[in-house]
Amino acid sequence: MLEKALSGSKTYYTLVLGLLVLIGIGFLFYLKQLDFGLGVTGMNRDVTWGFYIAQFTFLVGVAASAVMLVLPYYLHDHKEFGKMTVLGEFLAVSAVLMCLLFIIVDLGQPQRLLNVILYPTPQSMLFWDMIVLNGYLFLNIIIGWNVLSAEKEGVPPEKWLKPLIYLSIPFAVSIHTVTAFLYSGLPGRGFWLTAVLAPKFLASAFAAGPAFLILLSFILRKFTNFDVGKKPIQTLAMIVCYATIASLFLFFCEIFVTFYSQIPEHMDHKLYLFFGLDGKGALVPWMWTSLLMLISAAVLLVIPSGRKNEYVLGLACIFVFFGSWIDKGLGLISGGFIPNPLHEVNEYIPTVPEVLISLGVYAIGFLVLTILFKVVVGVKEEVRG
Amino acid sequence: MENSRRKFLKTAGYSVLGVAAGSMLIGITPRSATTAEDSSGGPKYKSRDEALKAERWGLVIDTRKITSRINRSMQRACHREHNVPDFVRKLGSKQHEIKWIWPTPFKNAFIEQDLQYISDHLKRTEIPVLCNHCNHPPCVRVCPTQATFKRESDGLVLMDYHRCIGCRFCMAGCPYGARSFNYRDPREAIEEINPDFTLRTKGVVEKCNFCAERLARGESPACVEASNGALTYGDLEDASSDIRKLLAEYHAITRKAELGTLPSVFYII
Ligand code: SF4
Ligand code: SF4
Ligand code: SF4
Repeated sequence: MLEKALSGSKTYYTLVLGLLVLIGIGFLFYLKQLDFGLGVTGMNRDVTWGFYIAQFTFLVGVAASAVMLVLPYYLHDHKEFGKMTVLGEFLAVSAVLMCLLFIIVDLGQPQRLLNVILYPTPQSMLFWDMIVLNGYLFLNIIIGWNVLSAEKEGVPPEKWLKPLIYLSIPFAVSIHTVTAFLYSGLPGRGFWLTAVLAPKFLASAFAAGPAFLILLSFILRKFTNFDVGKKPIQTLAMIVCYATIASLFLFFCEIFVTFYSQIPEHMDHKLYLFFGLDGKGALVPWMWTSLLMLISAAVLLVIPSGRKNEYVLGLACIFVFFGSWIDKGLGLISGGFIPNPLHEVNEYIPTVPEVLISLGVYAIGFLVLTILFKVVVGVKEEVRG
Repeated sequence: MENSRRKFLKTAGYSVLGVAAGSMLIGITPRSATTAEDSSGGPKYKSRDEALKAERWGLVIDTRKITSRINRSMQRACHREHNVPDFVRKLGSKQHEIKWIWPTPFKNAFIEQDLQYISDHLKRTEIPVLCNHCNHPPCVRVCPTQATFKRESDGLVLMDYHRCIGCRFCMAGCPYGARSFNYRDPREAIEEINPDFTLRTKGVVEKCNFCAERLARGESPACVEASNGALTYGDLEDASSDIRKLLAEYHAITRKAELGTLPSVFYII
């Protein structure tokens, strides 16, 4: 099937070439980071996780969101998702791949990565994160590939796939739950120390992931003749709508608990993010943009006529995607580290090498996504004849 | 005997519980890398005769005796002894700063205390902070490789710089900001290398080790020696030790006691 990725239109080749260039640039800067150390990034003694770990967290959500297609399709026999499910699974594959790469580029001693397996430490949440992420990656590769092959042959998928598909559902939930547990179990980090962190992660993931899938299907429809159809898009739009509302609701709950209780250690992080602290507030405009984007998206989507209009829907999906990206990809990690345990404010701003390395990782993910989607489109065209 | 029986019971218990369930329990009762090695039947080393021993090392800092000059000499003694680079002086920026012990205002060291009307002395003088060698250390709990571990024999929280993968999870886990990361090669900013102590490479975390290497040679921690009597160290489990006498006489507090980390560094205010 992979041969379908080898021949394509000019646009396809340009896209692949562009991604390869980005990968090359990112790789060169990564070599520099390997040589000099993580000092090429903007991280400091207080903000010890930065852009990389934030992207990792965001992408875990994108990966987990495939379950929003798999679950209705396989558990509730929601037939209209049939054409899309494999897209979701392949999106998950590329997203998890990016997650793993973001963890690796964040390590100070990446050549010792295997120590996590050589000295397995189940009391560390990172150990479990490694297990569920790798498990989810393999499940989705196996499921996606075999379902697609079966479609190509015109036969129903193999029987042994079923249990794996069912297994992938709890795995999807667990990757994002365990990722939230990385943060929410740390004493003395008031910003993350909340039981709603995992549910909030899931809600925002189930908003941002499907929003991205909707945008991807629009792109596929424009550049190929593969159309998933109107109905599944509308169902997904509904999922995006309610997931966005749920994540806003959980955010509101957090704000209430924090500011009604008035416990300084919990308030200060949110004050830093939304108003600035000690005269420092690099993220203030970002956080408000994110909040406004999510609220407007929720309003646009909850109105039926808005949701049904594809331009409005597209705009709302862009809002949801970037709103959640800012929330998780910028605010979540910095916000937890600022102020630091001694209540000092040392800000973090990513550097150019850091952003270019991140872009390189994203380019690898998109390259894999492009190739996998190319195969999907090719197979679907062939089957249709 | 007692000990090995306990270990056997522990091991058996864990096996019965199974890997997954057992591991969740380990998270609740901290266990360190060294226990596993001790019971593995590997080579048994005798500790040196001159080595200072304790069941649980602890430190009492008498803030009434602290002056800024003592603060400076303690930091200098510690950082020279342990090859800690001085990037602040070298680069003029705090971004890559590494510090094992440093002075900070009372309101920063004890953010959880009532700071409304603190005494003049506490307003004036900065007090030293360092790793607390917590009895229930979150940094050990989160480390995915056991590169940070609690030595069961004396309660010190130590690091294996050759195992650390540089994930910095322990830095997020430590509620005291006691840890530093080598964002670059430390040799650039070490004035004079002490050949008796390890040099770290870039990409690993480090922190105060309670001068474990000096204790093994029968010497006191460097900061204690430089403290002009403001710091006292000893065995917290030994009721006749100097620090237990101090703790019996004066009321002492620990940082962020509400988190249940059980610090082994106490402050007399
Ligand atoms: S002070 Fe921090 S680094 Fe030291 S033992 Fe406690 S948690 Fe670990
Ligand atoms: S940085 Fe090193 S010591 Fe800290 S948690 Fe990671 S592996 Fe353990
Ligand atoms: S006990 Fe030793 S390592 Fe720790 S701060 Fe004092 S001198 Fe430094």
